[in-house]
Amino acid sequence: MAFAAFGSNANPVEQAPRRKSWIAWVLLVPGLAYLALFFLTPFVSLILTSFQEPVEFGDVGQFQAAFKWENYTAVIQQYWPHFLRAFGYAIAATFFALLISYPLAYFIGVKARRWPLLQALMLTLVIAPFFISFLLRTLAWKQLMSDDAPLVTALKQLTILPADGHLTGTAFSVIFGLTYNFIPFMTLPIYTTLERLDTRYIEAGSDLYASPATTFWKVTVPLSMPGIVSGTLLTFIPASGDYINASASFLGSAQTQMVGNVIEANFLGLLNYPAASALSVLLMAIILVIVAVYVKRSGTEDLL
Amino acid sequence: MGAGAFAEAGADLELVGISKRFPGFTAIEDLDLRIPAGSFFALLGPSGCGKTTTLRLVAGLEQPTAGRILIGGKDVTNVKSFKRPVNTVFQSYALFPHMTVIENVAFGLRRRAIKDPVAKAHEALRLVELDHLASRKPQQLSGGQQQRVALARAVVNRPALLLLDEPLGALDLKLRRQMQLELKSIQTEVGLTFLHVTHDQEEAMTMADTVAVMNKGEIEQMGAPEELYELPRTAFVANFLGQSNLFTGDVTSSTGTSIVVVVAGIKLEVPKERAQRHTGQVTIGVRPEKLILHTSAPTVTPGTNTLGPGRVTDVSFSGVSTQYQIAIPGIGLITVFAQNMVFGPVVNVGAEAWVAWTVDHGFGLLDEPEHTPKFSADTDTAAIAMQTRRELLAEIEDD
Repeated sequence: MAFAAFGSNANPVEQAPRRKSWIAWVLLVPGLAYLALFFLTPFVSLILTSFQEPVEFGDVGQFQAAFKWENYTAVIQQYWPHFLRAFGYAIAATFFALLISYPLAYFIGVKARRWPLLQALMLTLVIAPFFISFLLRTLAWKQLMSDDAPLVTALKQLTILPADGHLTGTAFSVIFGLTYNFIPFMTLPIYTTLERLDTRYIEAGSDLYASPATTFWKVTVPLSMPGIVSGTLLTFIPASGDYINASASFLGSAQTQMVGNVIEANFLGLLNYPAASALSVLLMAIILVIVAVYVKRSGTEDLL
Repeated sequence: MGAGAFAEAGADLELVGISKRFPGFTAIEDLDLRIPAGSFFALLGPSGCGKTTTLRLVAGLEQPTAGRILIGGKDVTNVKSFKRPVNTVFQSYALFPHMTVIENVAFGLRRRAIKDPVAKAHEALRLVELDHLASRKPQQLSGGQQQRVALARAVVNRPALLLLDEPLGALDLKLRRQMQLELKSIQTEVGLTFLHVTHDQEEAMTMADTVAVMNKGEIEQMGAPEELYELPRTAFVANFLGQSNLFTGDVTSSTGTSIVVVVAGIKLEVPKERAQRHTGQVTIGVRPEKLILHTSAPTVTPGTNTLGPGRVTDVSFSGVSTQYQIAIPGIGLITVFAQNMVFGPVVNVGAEAWVAWTVDHGFGLLDEPEHTPKFSADTDTAAIAMQTRRELLAEIEDD
């Protein structure tokens, strides 16, 4: 306001920042429009659908607007094992992916620092599977683990697998498939934090009487927490909604169906849209709660 | 040292025939060093002289290519760093960013299962006057505060040997003085052995009992600070530790107590006991503050060396003293520090001047003359700059 005293000179000075923020808003419009059109609208429609009831004497797949909240209790009663399986498999796959990815990321990001060429080569190898379709890769694993494949015959001969045992269609193959498919999503974020890890902290730990193992748990792991959190989220969230690996046409069977599979069946097979929508909303809500608790507990706010 | 106990006293450190080679270069060559328990030892040298590598070898962060390291008489060459009774104050501080200040300080205590780690950590923080910031994260502190936390984190463990890697580099002058005194008092109070690596000669001289000047992976000279300063043995020490005026000439004669060196036709006397070599071509020197500036030709008296006449080329006032540069034909530039006993400089640029010093203040160096630059690089560049300035001034006057 005091600038007004200086006359016309003050005006451009005052307006400059305002014009800038106006441009920022304009640039946001396409993104916001996209979100509104392709996320918010379907989401609202999904919630509305989840409360619909069947049309009396109508065809299969004919529903009308209602507030039938019983849809939710019904799907929970009917499909709770699928929810348990989905989160069980997703947690297991996240755990195994972390177990495999952390040492891999540590090697590429810390040990291989002296050889940039090796680093680049290994990173390329981590990303290489993306060049082939996700479905093809999962189908390839189905072939490799099929009953007449050398792997299964060998395991049977070693009596690790009973004579009538299978690999495909079991919880093992589903978790295996999920782990395999999500390893790059786990490795890359962990790699980016470890790549920036200052090894002088490790030296300081060693100087302060911490054994290599203690230094790893007290210094290296806490410092790579941001990578671990984003890697586990990038694995856990899509894995718990996944319906490819657990589907009977890929690595699963009727006994390994996850929530994703029953949502697919209800939408496309049974044409029970309210049930499918209620399942989707529930899945989303549960993931949101789990992730919120996880991020809060991991205490990475000031590291992120 | 065992778990749950502090070191009773400092331990002595012994390096025997230590060499460290990295692919492509040798950092340290056949180094022998003995640091007695309870002493404050400074390794002084320019960057790249191998002093930090020596420190890392003692800490166990590097393995020597050859040689043995003994701490308190025990061979620790193959002992892992986390089992050595040694703590380091790192140049980069290396404070754990995910821990609070107090947790950083208590880290070493917890690892050794010492009772009351938090209380002891608070005590250490009080020592460096930072207890009020105990719950902050390191990145919320200033550089100087971080350095003091790093010091507390090392000292709190009461190691037999404390390694300091240029720990006062980021502090301003006042805090630096304060920390120097504090470090010194901690050292005498606890009786720990301190190994201090620095490139700051003033810091090394004010704090350490013994200073070792390191150059190109070798120790050039070792001794008490005043001994090193008064009687440097090599040109490197003479110029790295303070400033020196150096002259090279042949020894023409010698009396019972001193040798006579002829430099550009002028006879200069140096006591035999202060000269490393007594025959052939030798380099002798004298400290700038030992020189007396004369504005008229001084009467030649025995026991005094005189140079001159020369011209004063530069006068710079620095408070307690004034620094004069005097160009003497055939010899070059001579630096004189004169105490400011009166207001302002005694002579001005362009004045004719003589310098004289007592024979007993001179020293003779060990260096082979072919390895010794006649004048140190610094005075050389100063001479070139002075020459350029004179030429420029002459040009301006012509116009």
